[in-house]
Amino acid sequence: MTTAPTPVPTPAATDHSGGAGVSGTASATSPTVPAQRAPGRPTAGRRRLRPRAGGWLATVPLLAFFAISFGLPAVAIAIGAFTASSDAETGAGQFTTDNLTASVQGAYWTALLSSVKLSALTALLGTLIGLPIAQAVVTSRHKAVREAVLSASGVLANFGGLPLAFAFVATLGNAGELTKLLHLTDHGWSLYSFTGLTVVYLYFLVPLMVLSITPALDGLRVQWREAAHNNRATTLQYWRHVALPILFPSLLGGFVLLFGSAFAAYATAAAMVGATVPLISRSIADALSGNVLVGQGNLALALSLDMIVVAALVMAVYLPLQRRSARWLS
Amino acid sequence: MAQLISRLRLWRGAVLLIAGTYFLLPMAASVWFSIDDPKGITFEAYTGLLSAPGFTDSLWLTLQLAVVTVLVVLLLLVPALIAVRLGSPKLRTVLEVVCTLPLVVPPVALTAGLIGVLRWGPDYLMDTPFFQTFVFVQDPKFPLVLVIAYVLMSLPLAYRALDAGLRAVDVRTLVEAARNCGASWPRAVFTVVLPNLRGALLNASFLTLALVLGEFTSASILGYQPFAVWIYSVGNSQAQMSVAVSVLSLLITWVLLLLLAAAGRERRHRTPARP
Repeated sequence: MTTAPTPVPTPAATDHSGGAGVSGTASATSPTVPAQRAPGRPTAGRRRLRPRAGGWLATVPLLAFFAISFGLPAVAIAIGAFTASSDAETGAGQFTTDNLTASVQGAYWTALLSSVKLSALTALLGTLIGLPIAQAVVTSRHKAVREAVLSASGVLANFGGLPLAFAFVATLGNAGELTKLLHLTDHGWSLYSFTGLTVVYLYFLVPLMVLSITPALDGLRVQWREAAHNNRATTLQYWRHVALPILFPSLLGGFVLLFGSAFAAYATAAAMVGATVPLISRSIADALSGNVLVGQGNLALALSLDMIVVAALVMAVYLPLQRRSARWLS
Repeated sequence: MAQLISRLRLWRGAVLLIAGTYFLLPMAASVWFSIDDPKGITFEAYTGLLSAPGFTDSLWLTLQLAVVTVLVVLLLLVPALIAVRLGSPKLRTVLEVVCTLPLVVPPVALTAGLIGVLRWGPDYLMDTPFFQTFVFVQDPKFPLVLVIAYVLMSLPLAYRALDAGLRAVDVRTLVEAARNCGASWPRAVFTVVLPNLRGALLNASFLTLALVLGEFTSASILGYQPFAVWIYSVGNSQAQMSVAVSVLSLLITWVLLLLLAAAGRERRHRTPARP
């Protein structure tokens, strides 16, 4: 799989990494080739401490795998989103924008909006809740507390999906232990609602925030705080004028990461809420499995394209910030 | 000042206490839910697992998928990352872009794309040798298409872990030193570089493993039944058992992470002079 299709990376990579991949590869390899040829093999044996030729060859399997397994689905989405479904009655395979138009109308538009709303709300709450927890952990004098919270965060941040859904159904669902204990249903509580989903999502988003903000909080020097206090700044002033501006890129980066996780989540909602809260990821799955209408397979691809566009916009904010906040960590 | 410190300590304690309650409550409730029965406490949900239909098959499939995925991820990433460290920094940017791009595509969208590609098989490639590849990739006994999806999904995580590990050791100096001492290339990589990366390798493997064990989206939409999908189907009929499995899966993840942390700590003790 990885050896045969070496010529494939170039065209596929051009399509999807905006040309960056190709130009990078070409300019990186061209200077090394003459340098390696010039001394010739036998004489260079002693001098060659670095694998000039082998250097980039080792990256070929990864790039080839990526070009095929990521490139082909991307092409499939790009083509499929703009062509009529092959199993449709009329004009199979013809160029059309019908899929995309349909994907931003009616129930699908509602689902997309609801997904964005849920992701934005949970990401915001996750950021606001995660920050004090991370701060409490970072300033704790007990190393054990820190280790325990961080390792727990590592586990919980990965605890998305089905187990999480079932744990919450057991706790706050209709027959959940806490629901029975506190008679929550009488107070209008339902886990299978927007609010319920928010509570569940926070369960893995808050630990994710703690994990991603802790390095930045570690980077805040004690001296800055002392300097602020020596200048008679109150704690509030220190946070407003010193700490938060420094943390801002990391916080926004964390927010974006949380948004992305919530936006992409599928299993939790699929196992819990069914159709009560419309979500774009569930709409795609339904369209794929033909639950909605036959002959709309390409509608799923158009919906996927919508989803990728939203995620890409969000990531476009995240990546530069990630790099910027990295400066404070060193 | 003393008042301020004690107030801070109180505040810290309160935050951690509230957070701890929120995060422990669902687990405690889950455990209770899984053993609570009208007739009293029962462990049937746990003891009945092994004999439950589909349990061993789906677990076995998931473990196989996990091992293959971890191997593929490491085999693809480790040589590439080491080579890039030793060689050109421009390629490094390419790898970074390549390994970050999957983050932009949510699993559902990736699965939709994969299904789009798989449809090309019967649609256009029926008479070509490629068709056999499509059939092979979708073999229900060992669906390689899932491995492909999992590798893509874990690339960003594994890349981060390995890159962080590589940043902590000076690969170039290590290799040059080994080469100057007369070590061959494979020897330099296997006996000098890789042992120094043990923590990062474990970390990357763990993240990939956790991802594969919990992955539900692709597998369920593509119609296979690894462990997560099995839990889902059980949840429809036997709520207690699905919660029991959830509790177990959480415990397993925790144990894995603790082992990993222990391994990482051991490493740190042996090399105290790290910047």
